[in-house]
Formats: sequence, structure tokens, C-alpha cells
Amino acid sequence: MKIMDCPLNGPRNISEFACRGEVKAMPDPDKCSDAEWADFLFMETNAAGVVREWWIHLPSSYWFIAERNTVTNEVVKTYPPDELFKRPPRPRPAT
Amino acid sequence: MPFALLRYGLGSSRTPRRELPATPELKPAYDVVIIGAGGHGLAAAYYLAREHGVTDIAVIDKGYLGGGNTARNTAIIRANYLTPEGVRFYGESLELFRGLSNEFGFNIMYSERGHLTLAHTDAAMRTARWRAEVNKHLGVNSEAVGRDEVKRLCPLLNLSDEARLPVLGALYHPPGAIARHDAVAWGYAIGAARRGVEIHQNTTVTGISMKGGKVAGVKTDRGEIACGSVLQAVAGSSTLIADMAGFRLPIRTVPLQACVSQPLKPILDPIVVSGSLHVYISQSGRGELVMGGSSDPYSLYATRSTLEFTESLTADLLELFPFLSTVKVMRQWAGMTDMTPDFSPVMGKTPVENLYIDAGWGTWGFKATPVCGKRMAETIATGKAPDILEPFRLSRFDDLSQVGERGAASVGH
Repeated sequence: MKIMDCPLNGPRNISEFACRGEVKAMPDPDKCSDAEWADFLFMETNAAGVVREWWIHLPSSYWFIAERNTVTNEVVKTYPPDELFKRPPRPRPAT
Repeated sequence: MPFALLRYGLGSSRTPRRELPATPELKPAYDVVIIGAGGHGLAAAYYLAREHGVTDIAVIDKGYLGGGNTARNTAIIRANYLTPEGVRFYGESLELFRGLSNEFGFNIMYSERGHLTLAHTDAAMRTARWRAEVNKHLGVNSEAVGRDEVKRLCPLLNLSDEARLPVLGALYHPPGAIARHDAVAWGYAIGAARRGVEIHQNTTVTGISMKGGKVAGVKTDRGEIACGSVLQAVAGSSTLIADMAGFRLPIRTVPLQACVSQPLKPILDPIVVSGSLHVYISQSGRGELVMGGSSDPYSLYATRSTLEFTESLTADLLELFPFLSTVKVMRQWAGMTDMTPDFSPVMGKTPVENLYIDAGWGTWGFKATPVCGKRMAETIATGKAPDILEPFRLSRFDDLSQVGERGAASVGH
């Protein structure tokens, strides 16, 4: 069996996960051209080598990032999305 | 005729016949370079030579002839698709396939079996009726049938109401057939070589040279070639070639696995597919059950196969044919498929002038070998994609005009 090391749940059978495709920089849908949007939707880098992808652990619905070598089939590293996307803290209502 | 055969049989001398010339030295230039000596690339070379008088062609492959997905598919030929564009296209391929053994003078073991797409839900029966109507409208023979007809066509199929997903009916496509996939590649290769096409095996393309937005030549590990036009027909490696020419593709390279059982006496006439149960099966002329299922769950540039695949496939297969539980899986393998978002191919021009593409064949390419070859040859010879290929242009993704064939092209969705 092939093991995927989930950042939340630890090492699990890869059959518990689904690959949801390459991490792509999303253009601003309100500002980009139709061509840029179509490129974001449909075009793939499809690299032969280390790629960075969205994965989800299906039983727990936990999304994370995996870096994987598409030639050697080795999972290089896995980490929570926060490491890639530094979001500002959500504004909270005054109590 | 029978006496000639008798004389031949009783005679003692047999001169060996070399059908494919040995790989020659690369010339400095060719009119057309075809990257990929699989069924599609060889078919394109064949029709270019035969129908358009273009013979100064080099077909180049990094491996051996037909060693890619042409060697690895489950050899199913059918035209029972969903969209009018798809049905028209695959319908033409079916007609071409029918006459291919005669045209080659070479037996491709074409065997018309009938194709059953089992429906296990009301939605699937509705889709079966939809596909049947579109097929009939375009002159392709298909009909939606009920359980009784399914039982008549495939007596050994499990039609119990106690199955997990009982069979409600099917889309029945009588012209559905199987053939020997390698023989199709060899037939096209021999026909092309006889007309002067050069086939260069074990030759790796390392780059594409361009001049002013137009393709100018191809670099290989055996030397550089100047050329007027290039066709890339390399399936799972499509992105790697497109990268050399600097344009993007909507393709992900995902393995598709398949397996065969030990040989059995004839038990299965038709080709049987179940979308709900992620499995398709046919019985070859050698008696082996040829079985396939869903694509691998993630992309990979490799043809490794897994135990997970055979486990999940056979679990689903035993729902349909429980008595197969004692039969052994003899061999399994995989191909590298170029998957597109709409499960339709990418054919015709690219952003680079005189660079043509035949890609995005995913899990549905073998059946289209003849029509691809013929219509890509027409595109290259005339410089313009014919109407039948227009729906499959690369630019359709820019204007959101996808040709959605997921249900009809694949299983397991």
C-alpha cells in the first residue's frame, strides 16, 4: 500500500485521499480577461517532476498541500495550506 | 486459389519477408516530421502518403514502434458516444476500421461483438436512451434495451435483483468490436513504409526549433532535422513536447491500468461495460478476459500497476460475473493517458504555425486511430482542419466550447 502523510491525521493509506489538482494562482475573477480565466480553469502545467497539489483526506474532509514527484511517485512533503497562503486574521465582531 | 495454397504448403522453401525496413540514417530535412510512432502517428503518415502524395516523412519514436498506449489499450472499437460531434467522429472511425484488414492485406483480427453499456439506475437508462437517439440520428446503430434483451445477449451476466446495483437495462451497440491493437500499428507502419515513409525508432526528440513563430525543425539525439511541418502524437508525453514549443495544454497525464485473465473457453460474446461498477470486460480471440476500470486516482508519468487496481476491479467484476472468482489474473499493465477536462481530444493547429497536434486521447484513443490518421493527414496536407475536427480544436477551451463526453468516453465517474 502507498502511504500519504496527512498533516492532520498522520500516515494513512493513500486510498483515503483524493488528489484535487495542481495548486494554481487564481487571477482576480473581477479584473482578469476571459483568456486569463480560461487559462486558469483549463490549462495544466502537468510537469514531469516535483509538483505541488491540493489533496483532501476524505474521511475527515481535511484539505492540505502535497509536493509529489510525478516521475518517481515519491511524496516529497505534505503541509497545511496556511504555510502557503498567509491569510490575514478574520475580522471578529466587537463583543 | 486453393491449389496455390496447396503448392505453397507442400513446397519446402520459405523466403523470409522483411516488412519494415531497418531504421535508416536521419536525413538533414523532411517535409513532415511526426513525433510519435504509435497508431495515430503511423496512421497519419499512412494517409499522408496514400491520399495526399506526401511521402517525405520521418516518424520518430523514443521507444519501439507502437510501444506506448497503442500496445496498452483494451482494444475496444465503438461509436456510441453522446454528442453529435463525437458520434460523427467516432462513427467515421468505425467505418474505416471495418475495411482495414482488406486495405492492409494484413489481418488486424477485427471481431464485431456487440457492445453493452449496462445501466444500473434510472438516470443511466435515460442517458442510454439519449445516446441511442443521437446515435441513430447520425446513422450509428445503437438502441436502449431492457433486461430481457441483456439476458439474451449475455446469458452469463448476473441479473439478480439482489445484486448491490441491479442491471435495469443497457445501451446496446451492435457494431461494437475488438481488434488486435498491435496489428493496427503494424498495418499502418508497413503501409506507410511501402510508400517511402521513414520510421525512426529509439530516437528521442530533445527540442523543437522555431523561426519567427513557425516551426523550423526538430532536434533529436541522433541529429537535427529541418522540416516544413511537425505533428506531435505522443499521448501521455504531449505536455513535454508542447513545452519544447512553448505552448500550454489542458492535459493531465494519468495512468490507466488493465489486466487479462488466464485463457478460458469462449464464455463472453459481447463487450460489457458498467459505468456504475467501474469495470469493462471482453474476451479476446485467445480466450483471455481483457478487463479495465477507472483511471488511476492521481497523475503520474509512469506505467506501473498496482494491487489496488486489480482488487477494486475484480470486486466490481464479481458483481457482474460471480462465477469468475476462481479465475486467475494472468498479467496486468498500464498506459500513460493524456486526460482532458471534457474527455474529448485536442486535434489540429497549435499556436505555433505548422506545428500540429493530435493529443488529449485519454482513455478513448484506440478506437479513433483510423479517423485521426486520415483527418490529421488532411489537416497537414491542406493546412486547414476539416469541419469534423473543428469541435476538437485546442482553442475551444478559450471560448468555453467543450465537447463533454465523460459519460460516454470512460467508466467510473
